[in-house]
Amino acid sequence: MHIPDGYLGPATYGTMYAVTVPFWAVASWRLNRTLKAKQAPFLAIGAAFSFVIMMFNIPIIGGTTGHATGATLIAILLGPWAALISVSVALIIQAVLFGDGGITAIGANCFNMAVAGVFSGYAVYRLIAGHAGVLSRRRWIAGAVAAYVSLNVSALLTAVQFGVQPLLERSADGQPLYSPFPLAIAVPAMAIEHLLVFGFIEAAVTALVIKYFQKNDPEMLA
Amino acid sequence: MNEQRKSNGMTMVKKLWIAIGILALLSPLGVIVPKWLGAEGGWGEWGIGEIEKIAGFVPAGMKRLAELWKAPMPAYAVPSQRRGLLGESLGYFLTGVIGVAITAGAMYGLSKLLARRNNSDRSDKD
Repeated sequence: MHIPDGYLGPATYGTMYAVTVPFWAVASWRLNRTLKAKQAPFLAIGAAFSFVIMMFNIPIIGGTTGHATGATLIAILLGPWAALISVSVALIIQAVLFGDGGITAIGANCFNMAVAGVFSGYAVYRLIAGHAGVLSRRRWIAGAVAAYVSLNVSALLTAVQFGVQPLLERSADGQPLYSPFPLAIAVPAMAIEHLLVFGFIEAAVTALVIKYFQKNDPEMLA
Repeated sequence: MNEQRKSNGMTMVKKLWIAIGILALLSPLGVIVPKWLGAEGGWGEWGIGEIEKIAGFVPAGMKRLAELWKAPMPAYAVPSQRRGLLGESLGYFLTGVIGVAITAGAMYGLSKLLARRNNSDRSDKD
């Protein structure tokens, strides 16, 4: 789901930076007011988890791979603003050091996986979990559903950004300048693999870790 | 969230770090399993050569931007790593460890910086 350099034209990657930077600013402002120094190790672990879980490429029939992001899980455990920054830090380091995701696409990738991934997952989790007790079954089910929705939101946004390129940026003779795949190809291709496979991986990872904390350290879920 | 809290004689932070370490150790599965099943990479993450095969041409703007940035460890490979599955797996593991360390270090530093206003030594003692 990491968009490389060259797939998005300046109109799209510029817009995505412009949309994402204010979220980074608000998140930093919120954390500046609420974060305590003793919480720093947990945020570091959150970012490290997001980095490493994205290395687990899961193959599907048809030749492509996908992965979980940890966005919903981190949002549930650390809150949405800390999660937004943690997943963004992982994505920026993946782009800069490992060429996983483009430099021009950092705004887009952080919006899709960190901003939209975190807030869609967190909203669904809160909605389903409601006031259910920390140890209730409803909590991990809420986490699983939220993670499934969140990864699919991220994938759909990514696919739309790929798919609008032929509409937005064309050469004088009508050839696409950037990602050459139209919406009718990009959206079904990415939506189907995330709806059928990768969404369930994200859901399973999220539910299992919530269950672990319910058993071993329920205060993490309070 | 309190790193002093202990369960089974080990702090939660320590336990979570062990979990991250186990994930890093297992990370080569992220190369081995796709290779084994013949899967290449994520949808829309193809290089210039593959795009030419799939689309029949390389879009002009894509060609211009694709090589914009030379990552020091591209595609999670360490410089001069051995070819073949073993070399690739080892390189993937090593870059995983490097990536985890740098990501955690950056996030730790950033968190400390952001938390300066609410230094727990002053505002709450527990």
